[in-house]
Amino acid sequence: MSIAIERSTGAQPKPLLRPRVKEELKGWLFASPWIIGFLLFTAAPMLFSIYASFTEYNITTAPRWIGLGNYRELFQDPYFYTGLLNTFWMVIVKTPLVIVIAIGLALLLAMDLPGGRFFRTVFYLPNVLAGVAAVFLWKWILAPDGLLNRALGLIGIHNGPGWFSDPAWTKPGLVVMGMWWIGGSVLIYLAGLKNIPQELYEAGSLDGAVGWSKFRYITLPMLSPTIFFQVVTGIIGTFQIFTTAFIISGSDPFFAGQSLLFYVLYLYYRAFGKLGPAGFQMGFASAMAWILFLIIMAFTVFQLRLSKRWVYYEDEGR
Amino acid sequence: MATTLKVRPDQAVRDNRLRHLSWGKIAAFMVLALISVTWIVPFLWMLATSLKTAQDLVGTNFWPTHASLEPYRSAFFDFDRLQLWLRWTFNTVVITLTAVVGKVISTALVAYSFARLRWRGRDTVFAMVLGTMMIPGVVTMIPSFIVFSKLPAFGFQGSQNWINTFLPLTVPAFTGDAFFIFLMRQQMRGIPMELSEAAKIDGASEFRVWWNIIVPLVKPVMGVIAIFTFQAAWEDFMGPLLYLQSEAKYTLQLGLRQFEAAAGGLPAWNELMAASLIVMIPVLVVFLMFQRYFIEGVQISGGVKG
Repeated sequence: MSIAIERSTGAQPKPLLRPRVKEELKGWLFASPWIIGFLLFTAAPMLFSIYASFTEYNITTAPRWIGLGNYRELFQDPYFYTGLLNTFWMVIVKTPLVIVIAIGLALLLAMDLPGGRFFRTVFYLPNVLAGVAAVFLWKWILAPDGLLNRALGLIGIHNGPGWFSDPAWTKPGLVVMGMWWIGGSVLIYLAGLKNIPQELYEAGSLDGAVGWSKFRYITLPMLSPTIFFQVVTGIIGTFQIFTTAFIISGSDPFFAGQSLLFYVLYLYYRAFGKLGPAGFQMGFASAMAWILFLIIMAFTVFQLRLSKRWVYYEDEGR
Repeated sequence: MATTLKVRPDQAVRDNRLRHLSWGKIAAFMVLALISVTWIVPFLWMLATSLKTAQDLVGTNFWPTHASLEPYRSAFFDFDRLQLWLRWTFNTVVITLTAVVGKVISTALVAYSFARLRWRGRDTVFAMVLGTMMIPGVVTMIPSFIVFSKLPAFGFQGSQNWINTFLPLTVPAFTGDAFFIFLMRQQMRGIPMELSEAAKIDGASEFRVWWNIIVPLVKPVMGVIAIFTFQAAWEDFMGPLLYLQSEAKYTLQLGLRQFEAAAGGLPAWNELMAASLIVMIPVLVVFLMFQRYFIEGVQISGGVKG
């Protein structure tokens, strides 16, 4: 390669095109791992699954076209609505809680108190433990005779809830458990808070702003792009809840009155024939995946629309 | 926590902080300290449980009355389980290391193309890279499974297609990751173009420029990518669940679940905590060693995305 470049820097004006072609080629070559991966592992599967969603497909035999059959079945399927409602419950309850608590903790950390680095590390620590082991730990903490109910006993609540057995408490249990992983959000809000120019607060003080009004009229608007990003990614994440619920429920779709049958779990059970008809149900599962994709997109677009009313971007002027 | 409060006279900054102590700050500190304790208690509870004997388990005490390593012994050695645990550890290490190497190298290659080479269609392709970040993972889960069930493995790990092999868990790592590519591209764009040009005049090939000049300069980002990939691969549950079927090919995450399921979903908590703790430790150690990278990594990603 180097020889060609040297030659092109020579006196002749004619081969000028060659190094350009070479650069083009090199560009594609260096980017090829991603391009190949995209075609093979993203684009092709997605396109195929659009087709598969209109078929009955068990992988071993050829897909059989059934038109809108899967979609029709889906909308008459009680489990589909169970999964959807359970998932919506988590989105609606968990998202605002995470925002409020994470911002609260970030505000405390932003006060630059002694030990700040230590606190930051401690809050983030659970985020590196996303695996099955951490779920088992929480299954034990939230067991009937687990740590939380024992702690509740100390403050006089002797019959603590059956967190992961009573259908009414399984999802609140997941929310409680989820708070342990709030550290990632806290760090991101903290970075957002640190980016707010100090002059704004000084100017605010001159105008007589104190505590709450500084927070309401300076901190919150300046933080709103971060909040927006966190809400959107948080909701997308919650829609895809799988591993925790799968482990807690012991991969039993009917665990605790189906209260932990989330959308993606139902999708998984159907895809691999663990619920409903036996055998792979890849057509039906593909239809479910696309419906979820549309729901998530709808939520995101709705958020984007709504964001124009409350998210403040500096470069837009005031 | 008491140590963090100690004031050493040489620490002017801390001194300054303390001079401005107000009731509000003291209250804030107390709240943070209290929450930190709450955050750490689950770990201690895990450790305490894993050291308890069966009789001790039913008691109300937090710590074991006399610590015992028996739960570790029975979790890892009973019923000839050690063989399996070692097998699962080996599998996890192989998959994780392959994924880390693959992701770091491919990301550095692809990002180089977007950051420092000029080619037609570059910006379009880069926009597509960013676009893939919007696709929720579950949407590609089933479609990918179908594709992997069709790709030939030619008897690798005794399988005719990619299902029940490590291939779906490792090969895609060699195609980069949209967000990491974006992060790396930003870093590479910051390196003066003159550095590459000087090397090229000296006769270096593009690959040499990439490897000898650019890669050494982006090592910190590669570190961030490596530790996040390590964590994600070590703790991945859904991937192995979908693609690995025979017990001998399981990773530790699947193995741990298998260990629980084998006890009929009613495991002895001390044994389960012992096994869980051991499975957690590698990531915990990596975190404590590189916590600065983790925390900076999160803040960079939050800042960039937000």
